Amino acid sequence: MLKIKDLCAEIEGQQILKGINLEVHAGEVHAIMGPNGSGKSTLASVLAGREDYDVTAGEVEFLGKDIMDLAPEDRAREGIFLAFQYPVEIPGVSSNNFLRTAVNQIREYKGEEPLDAVHFLKLMREKMALVEIDQKLINRSLNDGFSGGEKKRNEIFQMAVLQPKLAILDETDSGLDIDAMRIVANGVNKLKSKDNATIVVTHYQRLLDYIVPDFVHVLYDGQIVKSGDKNLALELEEKGYDWIKAELSNPIS
Amino acid sequence: MIDLLKESFRKFENHLNGSGKGHWHQLRKEALSAFSSHGFPKSKDEEYRYTPIGRKLEKAIDFSNIKPIAEHRAQGEKQLFHDADAIHVFINNNAIHIGSLNELDVNGIDILSLNTASKKFKGEVESHFGKYANVRKDSFTALNTAFSYEGIFVKVSKGAVIEKPIILHYGSDDSATTNFFQTRNLILVDPGAHVTIIESYTADYSDVQYSNHVSELVVGENAHVNYYKFQNQGGEDFHIDNSFISQHRDSVVKAYTFTLEGKIVRNNLNISLEEENCEAHMFGLYVVQNDGHVDNHTAVDHKVANCYSNEIYKGILDDNSKGVFNGKIYVRPDAQKTNAFQSNKNILLTDTASANTKPQLEIWADDVSCSHGCTTGQLDEEQLFYLRSRGISQSSAKAMLLHAFVNDVVDKIEIDFLHDFINDEMYNRLD
Repeated sequence: MLKIKDLCAEIEGQQILKGINLEVHAGEVHAIMGPNGSGKSTLASVLAGREDYDVTAGEVEFLGKDIMDLAPEDRAREGIFLAFQYPVEIPGVSSNNFLRTAVNQIREYKGEEPLDAVHFLKLMREKMALVEIDQKLINRSLNDGFSGGEKKRNEIFQMAVLQPKLAILDETDSGLDIDAMRIVANGVNKLKSKDNATIVVTHYQRLLDYIVPDFVHVLYDGQIVKSGDKNLALELEEKGYDWIKAELSNPIS
Repeated sequence: MIDLLKESFRKFENHLNGSGKGHWHQLRKEALSAFSSHGFPKSKDEEYRYTPIGRKLEKAIDFSNIKPIAEHRAQGEKQLFHDADAIHVFINNNAIHIGSLNELDVNGIDILSLNTASKKFKGEVESHFGKYANVRKDSFTALNTAFSYEGIFVKVSKGAVIEKPIILHYGSDDSATTNFFQTRNLILVDPGAHVTIIESYTADYSDVQYSNHVSELVVGENAHVNYYKFQNQGGEDFHIDNSFISQHRDSVVKAYTFTLEGKIVRNNLNISLEEENCEAHMFGLYVVQNDGHVDNHTAVDHKVANCYSNEIYKGILDDNSKGVFNGKIYVRPDAQKTNAFQSNKNILLTDTASANTKPQLEIWADDVSCSHGCTTGQLDEEQLFYLRSRGISQSSAKAMLLHAFVNDVVDKIEIDFLHDFINDEMYNRLD
């Protein structure tokens, strides 16, 4: 589904990604872990099309299509969804109007008829129940005055409504208490299918107790330096990242 | 220019016949002398520093042919909002459609041409006309007063609640013999009355129009007035507006100024809080394109204690357009316990658009709560990216954000058809 080849990216002349290689197939869950500043969020942002970053080398293919020249909205329409680490508050934009515009512009891109008000409402109700989000939040302006947990839950709700093929969760767990994390993870798990894939970017192993990954990758200094299964995450939790740093600086041992 | 103007004035006097005497005519002569000694504002005049309009007007206007507004059967029913559920008055071609006035028969309200009112409501007109519109302070007010003859007079009787809004439709038709219009309103709202008045400027003709409007509103004790200005005339037109609102005890005024089109628009909104416990709200929205220039000067004068004023002006400036905002708040020594708030926010859509904003608070009382804030910036990139990352096109995302930006002003509109029109217009313009 997603093929990343030698991806390099920089911001304001500073190179952050230094040759990322990653392949994700439908039905898989990949976790990307790594210490702060290793480039995890940059990778997520570059995939979603944030224009602050310059992609200096490499290729990203999504469902057989080169997406690096696509605008962020077209990547979303192709099926990529980024759950933001820090979802922005947009006072004055109603959640309802926002989501309806998003759903219908995605449908239009795919050559589908727009959803009418009745069917849209039905979709909203169904997904609200799925991710256990309160109607009251949806009635408000987008993320406006939401708590950290509410914002993250709203990200998962949007993901449920938009039904992407590839979901990238950028530190969705940071700042969440156990209950909120469980609800978020639950939502992600319910949305999982053999046709879609998830990339979980996280600093902590704990989320992976709830969203069990098929693969775990360690990102360090702009490169994926180690890959494994879910046990790698447990090992990282136990030993921290220092042993990986040590391993890298002394490859013989 | 002044000589030609004086010649026009003499012609005007000759037409006045017997009415060229008395109190009103005295005001005209004073106004002419005020204008003659000062002329149009120069670029060094502080009040017009950012809107150097005088020179352009001197060139554009035929001063030998300045005519007062006349009574005249003019047709103009095809204007925007003509089919709204409202009381309609049409002012066309420097002429009031008196037919439309005669057909009005609403309890509690008199709408007359100003000249008719000066006979029928002699006492009221004499004691209020020209009392608030200071000809020494603003030369446009002076020029307007000098040639004042006709206009709209509205009197809302004590305690009357007028359910339907009154729309004053301003326009022109092809028989226009001048490109320069001056209109005048005197609106008296008696104690306890409730009324909504909309001045609607929507006519767009091939010829460039220059217009100079003056309105005086007297709001009686415990009266409620919603006063809208809807400026959506031709994109090449010049529009100057001076409004003077005088509020008495316990009264509430909401003044709305919406500017969607115009080459140079200058609004001077002056509110004077004469007695205690008054409430004044000023909401402004200007959406300017091309090389349009919109200047809002507002002044609220807290003369006495325990009054409240609140002002929110928002601007979206595109292309090479320019927005100017100057907000004066005076709090006089006796005006203790004043609450006064002011906010002006601008979004610049291009590098060549600009905004000049100047809050001007002059406070002589010590126990008051006043605040002001202004911001000018671009759309928030982070918010734009967020919306686009959900599949929303860049243009729709911008429209959504701009719509959100103006929402707290648009949502203050209490008239459904006006709210819906502006709301839709915002979407059409911004998408």
